[in-house]
Amino acid sequence: MTNARLFAPPALSLRFVAVWRRNFLVWRKLALPSILGNLADPLIMLFGLGYGLGAVLGGIGGTSYFAFLAGGFAASATMYAATFESLFSAFSRMHVQRTWEAIVNAPMTLEDVLAGEWAWAATKALVAGLSMLVVVAAFGYARFPLALAVVPVVLLVGLAFAGLGLAFNALATGYDFFSYYLTLVLTPMMMLSGVFFPVARLPSAVQAAAQVLPLYHAVALARPLLLGRLPQHPALHLAILAAYAIVAFYAAVVLTRRRLMT
Amino acid sequence: MTCAPALAVHGLRKAYAGAEVLRGVDFEVLPGECFGLLGPNGAGKTTTLKLCLGLTDPDAGEIRLLEHAVPADARRARSRVGVVPQFDNLDPDFTVAENLLVYGRYFGLRAPEIAARMPRLLEFAGLAGRAGAKIQALSGGMKRRLTLARALVNDPQLLFMDEPTTGLDPQARHLIWDRLRQLTLEGKTLVLTTHFMEEAERLCGRLAIMDRGRIVVEGSPRALIAGQIESQVVEVHGAGLEDWLHVAGRLAPRVERAGDTAFCYAEDAAPLLDSLRTQGRLAYLHRPANLEDVFLKLTGRDLRD
Repeated sequence: MTNARLFAPPALSLRFVAVWRRNFLVWRKLALPSILGNLADPLIMLFGLGYGLGAVLGGIGGTSYFAFLAGGFAASATMYAATFESLFSAFSRMHVQRTWEAIVNAPMTLEDVLAGEWAWAATKALVAGLSMLVVVAAFGYARFPLALAVVPVVLLVGLAFAGLGLAFNALATGYDFFSYYLTLVLTPMMMLSGVFFPVARLPSAVQAAAQVLPLYHAVALARPLLLGRLPQHPALHLAILAAYAIVAFYAAVVLTRRRLMT
Repeated sequence: MTCAPALAVHGLRKAYAGAEVLRGVDFEVLPGECFGLLGPNGAGKTTTLKLCLGLTDPDAGEIRLLEHAVPADARRARSRVGVVPQFDNLDPDFTVAENLLVYGRYFGLRAPEIAARMPRLLEFAGLAGRAGAKIQALSGGMKRRLTLARALVNDPQLLFMDEPTTGLDPQARHLIWDRLRQLTLEGKTLVLTTHFMEEAERLCGRLAIMDRGRIVVEGSPRALIAGQIESQVVEVHGAGLEDWLHVAGRLAPRVERAGDTAFCYAEDAAPLLDSLRTQGRLAYLHRPANLEDVFLKLTGRDLRD
């Protein structure tokens, strides 16, 4: 494959919907346990830390610690949902089950497959983010109508992390490979992006570095919106998340072409 | 009347990481024909199929599949083609019917169209009444037949099959062969790779033997056997073989050794057999030459790993 073909921008078509529908049909069979799984982890953390640690800490910035954490976890639960789908699940379909191989034997391209997986992982992220919104609202910590603006935000966060996950997936040699990404990339990002405590608490050099992270921008949007406030720089945060989504998806396309077509 | 070939491949070359896998492959498949690509492991059969489907780009050469240029117009070509891959890739999360439904959607077919084709496909695969079965509950033969039915979901004009019966027991294999003959009778063009000579001899009207990225010979199985090799084979093994080989060399135009067995090729086996009857310690088998003999003559007896 020539470099021109390898680096060509993806030719996108609506055919990707068939891939999305394939994944949706699988998910539908396991929807309930899947949603419970998406929710359980951040919920346990939210209640444990929100009520437990919140009682010790009191409030942060004029809100309860529970309400502060809710915005952080809405973003991080979205990040993890998109990541797990685009790493472990996508790798199963690409490498273990050879599902992608079957699909491209039909009049489908690798771009269709990747776009379908991208949209699907973002959908799972949207479901995770929405589930968090419902729970937070049920406990009275979401301020409507502005809290609803979190919905498009989590979709964009899902696209950004799904793109990153798919790019990493194209480099994977096995499931173990993903623990590098989870341990070395996502866990530090959780700590640096203001999920648990305000970024202002970090040393100033670290604060500057944190602003490069997509999760930082996700939290900077989700937290004020849930509290019923307008974020300070919405356009900047949205633009950075969109840039992550687009660049990461393009990288995923090039790396997957290199893996499967050359 | 002349008709355009269903598949035409000219001057195909492909290298992976500097190693040349295909070094100039040419062949044509006519509509309605069953064409076989034979070769030892690593000969380039699977790579040739991948290139024909436009799944990877050739370094040089031209491919026309159902009159579409590949890879440029591969998507449209693939919409009229079915593929039975070498490795099972049915969707394990789905039932038999869901596999067909989901695969049909990749061709842009709507659910009612697929549902209308479903009974015939299931019957063809010998899976009538098993629409709701899980993939894990199917035998190897059933999975292969379902893969074949899946490849037919778009009613293709041409089918590519990469080792369609590898790993199947004889019963399952014969059933697949029967189905493939039925497809040929329906006028579909079949292109299959195999290293089962018996399969190629039974199914293919014409075949090409590939080795080390090139086509070594091409023709009908019968013509290849008649043209490439002596008609009779005597396989000999046992104690005293070494001594007898001096005699055999004078009685048969060609003698090949493979381990402890000698393969003697001759148009007339009578002198060999007369000589062997006097050799009490040697065991022997006399049979007509077959495609496997041609294959081994052309590609050698060395192991390909």
